[in-house]
Amino acid sequence: MRIELEKRPRPSTLLSVLSPFLALALTVVAGGIMFALIGKNPVAALYSFFVEPLTDVWSLHEIAVKAAPLILIGAGLSVCYRSNNWNIGAEGQFIMGAIAGAIVPVVFHDWHSPLVLPLMLVFGMIGGALYAAIPAFLKAHMNTNEILTSLMLVYIAQLFLDWLVRGPWRSPDAYNFPVTRDFTPEAILPEMIASGRTNYGFAFAILAAVGLWFMMRYTLKGFEISVLGQSERAGRFAGFSSRRMIWFSMLLSGALAGLAGISEVSGVIGKLQPIISPGYGFTAIIVAFLGRLNPLGIIAAGLFLALTYVGGEAVQLTLNVSDKVTRVFQGLLLFFVLSCDTLIQYRVRLVLSGLGRSGQGEAH
Amino acid sequence: MGMIEAILLTVITAATPLVIASLGELVTERAGVLNLGVEGMMIMGAAIAFAATQMTGSPYVGVVAGIAGGALFSLLFGFLTLTLVANQVATGLALTILGLGVSGQIGEPYAGMSGVKLQPIAIPLLADIPFLGPLLFRQDLIFYLSIMLVIGINWFLFSSRAGLKLRAIGDNHASAHALGIHVIRTRYLAVMFGGACAGLAGAQLSLVYTPQWVETMSAGRGWIALALVVFASWRPWRVLAGGYLFGAVSISQLHAQAFGIGIPPQFLSSLPYVATVVVLILISHNRRVTLINTPASLGKPFVPDR
Repeated sequence: MRIELEKRPRPSTLLSVLSPFLALALTVVAGGIMFALIGKNPVAALYSFFVEPLTDVWSLHEIAVKAAPLILIGAGLSVCYRSNNWNIGAEGQFIMGAIAGAIVPVVFHDWHSPLVLPLMLVFGMIGGALYAAIPAFLKAHMNTNEILTSLMLVYIAQLFLDWLVRGPWRSPDAYNFPVTRDFTPEAILPEMIASGRTNYGFAFAILAAVGLWFMMRYTLKGFEISVLGQSERAGRFAGFSSRRMIWFSMLLSGALAGLAGISEVSGVIGKLQPIISPGYGFTAIIVAFLGRLNPLGIIAAGLFLALTYVGGEAVQLTLNVSDKVTRVFQGLLLFFVLSCDTLIQYRVRLVLSGLGRSGQGEAH
Repeated sequence: MGMIEAILLTVITAATPLVIASLGELVTERAGVLNLGVEGMMIMGAAIAFAATQMTGSPYVGVVAGIAGGALFSLLFGFLTLTLVANQVATGLALTILGLGVSGQIGEPYAGMSGVKLQPIAIPLLADIPFLGPLLFRQDLIFYLSIMLVIGINWFLFSSRAGLKLRAIGDNHASAHALGIHVIRTRYLAVMFGGACAGLAGAQLSLVYTPQWVETMSAGRGWIALALVVFASWRPWRVLAGGYLFGAVSISQLHAQAFGIGIPPQFLSSLPYVATVVVLILISHNRRVTLINTPASLGKPFVPDR
């Protein structure tokens, strides 16, 4: 038995809408099997993983809080991936954004002004963009693979943050704990809705995604991004520069990751500590693909992956399942998304014997 | 045992997993497939090898299980990218994310347990050579395997017919297909070989380097192995040299601390990652040299016409 692919004359519109849902369904089924394998009732486990968090206000706010960074980063990454620039170091840009933004409340902690928060957000974006500028420069001018450089920079950023909070930025009144001083109230990103913890980071995320959707769909820049992504050569004939696109997409995604970083630190944690992200920068890669690299789809995908974080915590409490199932779910989901995307471009056919159905299949 | 010998021994232990994982990826890439999931396959190998060792008490069973686990796990990547022609970059990332999650689950019951270390095997006569003996001939099985792999892969790629076919596929899959070479089948085998090597490298981490299970203990070594393939311009002997260079950089942290050098440990820990970036810049800034060395079909999907 083997599988044959036949290229469709044109990509299937129906399947391009359906494929993310098919992938979700397959993930849920695979998740049920996984729960059954570790001896838990799959229905109950899936219920408390995927449904229960949607039934109370507190969890809904948690989902929004966790979706905000995922959407912000994922939307920026979609521009990168569409233009064929593989920035996979968003986690590092997130951390550097958080550090740059935290300069204001940590170093100048005596300065009280309504300007503190806006300045932090701007610094956060600059920090993320500057950190993404390293792989951008290396790719555009030194011909260096951006996948490896951007990823190496993640480890460096994590170690740099670790050094800062244990060394020069350690709070004088934290009893040797590796944290900075607590941010003053004017350095805290306020909550947005009275009923819970959702902060303005969520608004930034929605605004950024809608803005990028508009750019991709209605502006010349958006056209430039997809042309250069599909064929660098075709883009050159149109007068587009792939080198400038490297800079544009990397700086943009870096700035959004940096904004996500400072929003998380300012709106959720309230200080710097050695670990400030449960892998948002990597999960956002899944968000970008699940949203089919479309910023509006990414809003939905971000909410769903936020649900896997909250659901993972829920099953940990109710069923005593390790929270590592979250990562497994996320990995499975990306696999199914990528396999289902094949259906958009190809017809898939199972061939049971060596002879093709049409008699054209060659013997293997 | 002298100071220099002790340092060199730690360099060898740190370099071996890099060399092995990198050699596997080299073969995969020579066949034209870019598998970015080395980190995921490596951590799976580490978890499975540790679990199998704890269950049976024999680290040799662990080594075999690590190899088999890595190879089986890589089949997932193979199915997606070769059969379903999914994007290789994205699928490799998916493999890494999934590997980190699944290995966490496999290893969870064993966290904090002290492991069984793979014992060195002394080779008669050679092990008694002063200085070189203890370094090269009083080592564990995985070190010997790493050296045999360098020699074997070098022979396979450049002196055997099958290796010639594999390189042909990596450089031009359409022509290779026209000549009647089985492109997809060979690529499956190359991907699985890469997975097996990454699994073996992982087994080295949890059975030799630090014989215990720590979540995410691969700590980016899979990514460094990927960079090493570029550094080595897809040649096995250069992988060996590059691996030892990186091994030396990564253990400098331990020794700098031992000598009481006042650099923050985080800066020393970041050295391998900084070195990877620097080396990548040096090796790839000349566009023409990179083009000559890179397998021409690397990362490009192949769908046979019918």
